[in-house]
Amino acid sequence: MPARVVVLGGGVGGTLAANLISKELGAEAKVTVVDATGMHLYQPGFLYVALDQANARWLTRDERTLLRKQVDLVVDEAKTIDAAAQTVALARGGTLPYDYLVLATGSRLDRDAVPGYADTHDFYSLDGALRLREALRRFDGGRILLGVAGIPYKCPPAPVEFVLMAEEYLRKRGVRKNSSVTLLSPLNRAFTIESASKLVQPIFDRRGIGLTTFFNVESVDARARTVTSLEGETAEYDLLILVPPHKGAAVVMDSGLGDAGGWIPTDRNTLTHTAHERIFAIGDATDLPISKSGSTAHFEAPIVASRIASFIRGTAPKAAYGGRVMCFLETGGGRATSLRFDYAHPPIPPQPSRLWHWAKWIFNRAYWVTVPQGRVG
Amino acid sequence: MTTAEFALTKSIDARGMACPGPLLALIGAIRQGQIGDTFEVLSGDAGSRTDIPAWIAKAKHELVDVIAEPGFARFIVRKAR
Repeated sequence: MPARVVVLGGGVGGTLAANLISKELGAEAKVTVVDATGMHLYQPGFLYVALDQANARWLTRDERTLLRKQVDLVVDEAKTIDAAAQTVALARGGTLPYDYLVLATGSRLDRDAVPGYADTHDFYSLDGALRLREALRRFDGGRILLGVAGIPYKCPPAPVEFVLMAEEYLRKRGVRKNSSVTLLSPLNRAFTIESASKLVQPIFDRRGIGLTTFFNVESVDARARTVTSLEGETAEYDLLILVPPHKGAAVVMDSGLGDAGGWIPTDRNTLTHTAHERIFAIGDATDLPISKSGSTAHFEAPIVASRIASFIRGTAPKAAYGGRVMCFLETGGGRATSLRFDYAHPPIPPQPSRLWHWAKWIFNRAYWVTVPQGRVG
Repeated sequence: MTTAEFALTKSIDARGMACPGPLLALIGAIRQGQIGDTFEVLSGDAGSRTDIPAWIAKAKHELVDVIAEPGFARFIVRKAR
């Protein structure tokens, strides 16, 4: 009888892991992906939609078309996991037994955790990006603030990218002169990686983009149009854009498999649940203090696939995750830089150039026919 | 002194994790925690020696201790408010 591998979540990590396990093991494994919507979303595109640079249509595909035909897709919500019995209970009834379980359950937005959030905008969902696009189209001047309302959050470079691209957007629309753009940074610099921050700061200075440091958004007063930080400072806005708080998946929290935020306790090298050796975690779902990004999931999925294949074949698993992440950072003006690093090697970003902007553009376009299938490593 | 002497709510091993980095991981833990919780952050990044105490002072939490280890440091932090 083939080994049963169940993958929860049809995002980049879950889709790639399922395809790689199926490809490696063939008839030795029965791989099933469970996804609540059956639609695969390309989330890096939200930024471009919000800034009127891309159409929303290219951001979604039917998950079935991205999976190998040998992989089963169950479009249903996983409700609870019984780690002792090795089963997953589904919302519409029925249970799926597993020999190995991959949790690629991603993260959820928790906008209600911020008092006053309804008066703000974000680009962390497709609906949010479309609503922000409308607000920006109507914007005719004033103070734009971008703040971070929770940690961890997806795509750490996104706030910096957004303010750099928004400043350019306002110039093109002819409303830059009567506007200000300010990043409310959670840290004492623009970006978490110091070398990248040093590269970005002169661009902020040159283009007159404001930077307020150590400002972790706590609450919003919609009537006064002010935002207050947990450090105790307040700032006034006309258009407030927030990175919403994130939390782990309901199925993880409801099954007692996560921490207080719903993140899965995960070994940084083997990507195994620290309390359950047959459960693996990929991407946003883990509690690892590394980037929550498609890139992280992309590099973790082959490790999990290889380790599961080794266990099923009864050989010692050799693959280990070394912390590899690679991402692009748009700096506006058709230029970008790249950040490549792992646990042992900090990033050394190159000067922003057109080359990296085009590399990102090509990656975005080619995503659907490369990453989920494992065609780029 | 070893960290076993602190009643830790959570230990965060952020060594080698350039992004989002040790300080953001700590801010995330403090945001999620309760007043009185004690967190430990392990960082090999030299910048943490100034960044972490600077944020704790600004946000008015308590830096209980900084313990130097070979190649990294342990920051013990209590959520004060």
